[in-house]
Amino acid sequence: MAIIEVKGLSYSYPESAVPTLINVDLKVEQCEFVLMSGPSGCGKTTFCRCLNGLIPASYGGTFDGTVTVDGLSTTEHPVYEISQRVGLVFQNPENELFCTSVEREVAFGLENLALPRQEIRSRVEEALSLVGISQLKEKSPEELSGGEQQKVAIAALLAMKPKVLVLDEPTANLDPMSANSILKILVRLHRESGVTIVLVEHRLEMSAPYADRCVIFEEGRVVLNGSPQEVLYSEKANSLGIGIPQVVQVAKSLSARCGFEGRPLSSKALAEMILGAKG
Amino acid sequence: MITFKDVSYSYTPGAYALQNISLIIGDGELVAVLGENGAGKTTLVKHINGLLKPQSGSVIVGDTDTKKSTVANLARRVGLVFQNPDHQLFAETVEKELSFAMVNFGMPPEEVTKRVNWALEEFELAKYKEKPPFLLSGGERKRLALASVLSYDPQTIILDEPTTGQDDRQKTRMANLFKQLNSDGKTIIVVTHDMEFVANFIPRVILISKGKVLAEGPTEEILTQKEYLERASLLPPQLVDLSWKLSLSKPSISFEKVTSEALRMLEESRR
Repeated sequence: MAIIEVKGLSYSYPESAVPTLINVDLKVEQCEFVLMSGPSGCGKTTFCRCLNGLIPASYGGTFDGTVTVDGLSTTEHPVYEISQRVGLVFQNPENELFCTSVEREVAFGLENLALPRQEIRSRVEEALSLVGISQLKEKSPEELSGGEQQKVAIAALLAMKPKVLVLDEPTANLDPMSANSILKILVRLHRESGVTIVLVEHRLEMSAPYADRCVIFEEGRVVLNGSPQEVLYSEKANSLGIGIPQVVQVAKSLSARCGFEGRPLSSKALAEMILGAKG
Repeated sequence: MITFKDVSYSYTPGAYALQNISLIIGDGELVAVLGENGAGKTTLVKHINGLLKPQSGSVIVGDTDTKKSTVANLARRVGLVFQNPDHQLFAETVEKELSFAMVNFGMPPEEVTKRVNWALEEFELAKYKEKPPFLLSGGERKRLALASVLSYDPQTIILDEPTTGQDDRQKTRMANLFKQLNSDGKTIIVVTHDMEFVANFIPRVILISKGKVLAEGPTEEILTQKEYLERASLLPPQLVDLSWKLSLSKPSISFEKVTSEALRMLEESRR
């Protein structure tokens, strides 16, 4: 069953002459890991805001088409209702953290749902341990590194037990090691708890090997939608300027020069194919 | 030329952020400063425009000892672009943001207009000229911050993580601009974690770890050393990683070299 269903979505921000999204159709199945990418300014962030109803509720503008999340239309149900199903993580965690301790930060959303104290406590513990930051619970988010702050933001959403996590370039401001550790957490959450993940990311070489599907936006439209292999090895992907991973480029060059048939997404996979051929 | 002579600095007594750093960055160099979080990269570059003064040793920019100069003075020659554009942008419109420093430096108005127009075109920001910077996307704000420093034409440009949030096309554009400025004789220092960007576009690397210079030299030489990368908590560029996984005798950052090695291995196995 599709957990997210977007039909004919077009959207323009108030006072903007040009639409940011144009006739977008997209289905995301439950438990899918969907990687979204595209040149900057292509509408990725705007699309994320549509998924939890922030658009149009908080932004206004001209909204056409429908976005349905877990059976609820985002224009017919308030953001607080949608946001219990879809958690949105932004690029810059500094902009969303505001409590004096990590524990309070993670508890904040639950307190707003007026859950019983014991339930809040156990959900906070669980969320902190899922992202591996239980030891930070007494700390102030301010004193944490960017990577740790992003983990707090993710834990705060997990505590709400959303069915879908939407992450808008969560690692853009992080060093590669921290970025990698955030990605590993997402992969583990996806495998273990079956949460549906929509990840917006420029660094395809890092994230594509884990995705079930890859969706590329260009100028407000979905221009590619398929398995990471189909998308990254397509002719079209080359012309978009989205940073085709070098491993893919090496494999394509090998295919042109000696008929190599593999479609690896990681250097590990490519090396195994080459060394495997050696026998 | 920028010279660090035995520079040490600590924010809290007893814990060095920089320890006995000596290095030279020549005029017209394009160099990357790499290192783990907290390695001292930002502390290092803040010494170049005088935001920080060495507690021991000295930093000489051109013929000026930074201890004997002011940030205002050094800023004309050394432009620093911060990692987070929101720490830098403040003007009401993109155009005002771009002209601010130049107006302050007392440049003639026609020169200011000329340079603002150059920056609007070069960074694909022309359509936002009259817009407030905060309405721009993250990637666009980043380019604006860079443009506002480049437009006043300092001799040395320091960029702290310029590629974050930029797509591939913008990165390539940025790299081409760096190369062009570089061939005009500008010194460009890029603090970054973006290993692919360094491998593809930057010829020299200074690797910092725990407040010390761990290694410096040509990019390929440094980035193919597993030990260095591990000590500085850096991930290898994809081609280096592939070189290692194929056990190549000469790991490389060159697409052509790695691909032909892979080709050779495939052809051998078919024989």
